Amino acid sequence: MRRTTRTLGGTSSSEGNLGQLQSGVTLQDRYLILGILGSGGMSSVYKGRDLHFPNVTKLVAVKEMVNMAADPTMYEMVVRNFEREADLLATLSHPAIPRIYDYFTQDDSSFLVMEFIEGKDLEATLRDTEGFLLEDKVINWAIELCDVLAYLHNHQPQPVIFRDMKPSNVMVDKHGHIYLIDFGIARVFQPGQKGTMIGTEGYSPPEQYRGEASPQGDIYALGATLHHLLTKRDPRAEPPFTFTERPIREINPSISVEAETVINGALAYEPRDRYQTADAMKQALLSAAKKTGILASGATATAIKAEPEVEELWSFECEDEIRGTPNVANGVVYVGCYDNNLYALDAKTGDFRWKFATEGGIPTRPAILDNMVFIGSEDSRLYSLSADRGELLWTYYTEGPIRSSAIISEGHLFFGSDDANLHVVNVMSGNRAWKADAAAAIRSTPLTADERVYFGCESGDFYSIDFRGELKWRFKAKRAVTSSPILVDGMIYFGSLDWTFYALDAEGGWQIWRFRMGRPTISSPIYGEGNIYTGCADGHIYAIDARTSNEVWRFETEHQVTGSPIINEDSLYCGSVDGSMYCLDMRSGRLRWKFRTGGPITGTPVIQNNILYFGSNDHRIYALLT
Amino acid sequence: MNLLNRIFGKKTNSPANKLDTVPLEKPSAHLQGHAKHDRNIIVGTAQSTGLERSHNEDALFIMQGNSAGDHSLPSFGLFVVADGMGGHRAGEVASAISVRKVAHRITQETILHLFDGANSSDLPPLQEMVRQALEDANDAVVERVPGGGTTCTAALLLGQQVTIGHVGDSRAYLISEKETKVITRDHSLVERLRELGQLSEEEAANHPQRNVLYRAIGQGANLEVDVASHPIPHNAYMLVCSDGLWGVVPDIEIQRIVLSSETPQVACEKLIQAANAAGGPDNITAILIRFPPL
Repeated sequence: MRRTTRTLGGTSSSEGNLGQLQSGVTLQDRYLILGILGSGGMSSVYKGRDLHFPNVTKLVAVKEMVNMAADPTMYEMVVRNFEREADLLATLSHPAIPRIYDYFTQDDSSFLVMEFIEGKDLEATLRDTEGFLLEDKVINWAIELCDVLAYLHNHQPQPVIFRDMKPSNVMVDKHGHIYLIDFGIARVFQPGQKGTMIGTEGYSPPEQYRGEASPQGDIYALGATLHHLLTKRDPRAEPPFTFTERPIREINPSISVEAETVINGALAYEPRDRYQTADAMKQALLSAAKKTGILASGATATAIKAEPEVEELWSFECEDEIRGTPNVANGVVYVGCYDNNLYALDAKTGDFRWKFATEGGIPTRPAILDNMVFIGSEDSRLYSLSADRGELLWTYYTEGPIRSSAIISEGHLFFGSDDANLHVVNVMSGNRAWKADAAAAIRSTPLTADERVYFGCESGDFYSIDFRGELKWRFKAKRAVTSSPILVDGMIYFGSLDWTFYALDAEGGWQIWRFRMGRPTISSPIYGEGNIYTGCADGHIYAIDARTSNEVWRFETEHQVTGSPIINEDSLYCGSVDGSMYCLDMRSGRLRWKFRTGGPITGTPVIQNNILYFGSNDHRIYALLT
Repeated sequence: MNLLNRIFGKKTNSPANKLDTVPLEKPSAHLQGHAKHDRNIIVGTAQSTGLERSHNEDALFIMQGNSAGDHSLPSFGLFVVADGMGGHRAGEVASAISVRKVAHRITQETILHLFDGANSSDLPPLQEMVRQALEDANDAVVERVPGGGTTCTAALLLGQQVTIGHVGDSRAYLISEKETKVITRDHSLVERLRELGQLSEEEAANHPQRNVLYRAIGQGANLEVDVASHPIPHNAYMLVCSDGLWGVVPDIEIQRIVLSSETPQVACEKLIQAANAAGGPDNITAILIRFPPL
């Protein structure tokens, strides 16, 4: 196996990691290496200075290709490939193609000295731009790219097919002009027994995998590049040839119909259905640019449905904000309010049945069993009331406000308190069976399953405890876990204020995956058809694949989503701090309707008999017929 | 008896009293031993160069751990298949390097931590480690085997979940009496065309370019690794194999062999035989894992 240590003529060997040249090294007594611009695979590109011009700083780009082929025959082939490509580049002359100044081989590396372009490549530009790129800019780049492609395709004696059009191979200088870089000098063509991969998956046309390279192939790749630039959806992250599944205007409605049509014309599956020449595509782009210049941004108008496709059945006004979640059973809706009362209303009509006064605000969800209703209050107490009349059955005291909703399992209530304990209380007697100590206030709803209790607390600790009160495992998130966990197929899911959504193994407590969000989350997740749905303070409702942690879709509301979603049939319902209750298609994330209230919605809705119940900070509880 | 009642409610007779007076019967002791044996996962492996190829470019790796006791470790396993490609023997180097890199990363970041008795929080997310392991393999192949590549399908079993990292067209199957399901996606051009409705299953199976991949370890920058976690099936099997097996033996035949063999090892050997009987056009590798009943 050939070794890759090199001594660079005269100067002492000075290599960085992976045999890269260090700054300060001079090649051929002429090119001073100033620093590295990038590297990958077998090549590196350095910023350099041509010392033959001592009075000025003439910058050059120095590309090094290290030949690591072990086999002598392959070694020779690699060298010949480099030389052939260098010769080709030497004959090209176009404003968008960096000029070649020099080419030489030293030890096991070949070097190409080229015009230095001060600018940024389009992949970096995409990454560093917040929101979408402007259509005008992208179309202008597209026109220049068609121009250079036309030049290459018409080259004599042999047309040159670029074969590697993609955002990272296009540089934009400070004047906004594009350059095509990387003519594949480092790419070694290996006709193997098994799949040969030419070009970069995602941007390459179907026929390129059969080894066919043609001008229409470059046109497809340009279309793919433009699609990525306008939608910010990387085709390499999607199955190949699926651009039609992601129409540009569906993702970025600000793009004109004309531009979308041109790009689709480049992305046809069959080469004969695409623009046959780069020039034809350029003409189409020019024509589209002219048209959209005349049309005064018609594309920005988005139709917003004025009326929701949902009927308000009734609403009831309380004396303060409703921050929590209602519960429904036996034709009665129970909901706690910040006016210290628990309300019982008729589920169909909204008629007042009774209310029970506690001494603190109620942010929790009532628990219901048989003819008993249970509610925790910020007055530190958990109350048991008769469901039909709201008569007090018993009171249980904790030592801190109760902001965690109780769940009922095995004849016991499980709930947390700001006193940092998990309380387990007998539903009939109101006596405590046991309690477990946590590191901080518990504000999330616990989950019971298979004789275990799972819950998070405000320090970020998350616990799995068995029914004896014994700790099974403990996981620590970096900030509070206010979200309530769910268990599906042996995995525990919950979100944290540390901007992360976690999936843990239920038995052992180790992380299987985690999903980073834009801001903290206190929303609890829900599972449906293979996806996890949850909200986030970044304003989005997320749909995440439960098995792969890939984002399936996200929906943007106008403010934080602190409540949790629910699912009914194929609809997802979720409220937002922007005051609206949203109904989305659970598979696609598309909006079906939204219902505006007068204040933030911070709780979770509940649905029964196709009636959706939820409270709002505008003091009202709503019942909508879906 | 309801556990909660037992603890919080009435007390029952302590069973310890009874043991003093009743002698252990031999049959129950035998049954006990059998049940214990059945609680572990059992693994079989087999490989063959096949009938047409001159050498073997596939690589296989397994590592398995079981433990018992009051505070025992969860059972774990790592099962990797890599099918190499590229001229001039680059294939076998690529596949060998890949399994090593995957084993190294997983062992170091995940399995060693288990032995430390570390808090479960300290384990990095398994999916991220599996992804990193295949990316390590990619970097290594790019650096050391220019022009070479390999598929790689790695299954990390820990406790009740199996996490699979996958690139290429080797496959992982879940096999039970009820169904045989491929749980990885072939990164082949032909599979993509089939998904698009451009080719039927039969056409895809016989297509001259069915070996063309759009993703492989060694392709270089921007490698996308498929990672997914599945709950382990009970009283069922997971098969990890190269296309020298699945490309030649129909799924229904694979299922039949797996379900009718006495042990996973016997099943693997029979699968290899079946592939060779069908012509053995490619290297054949199979790992079969049997999961006990609940």
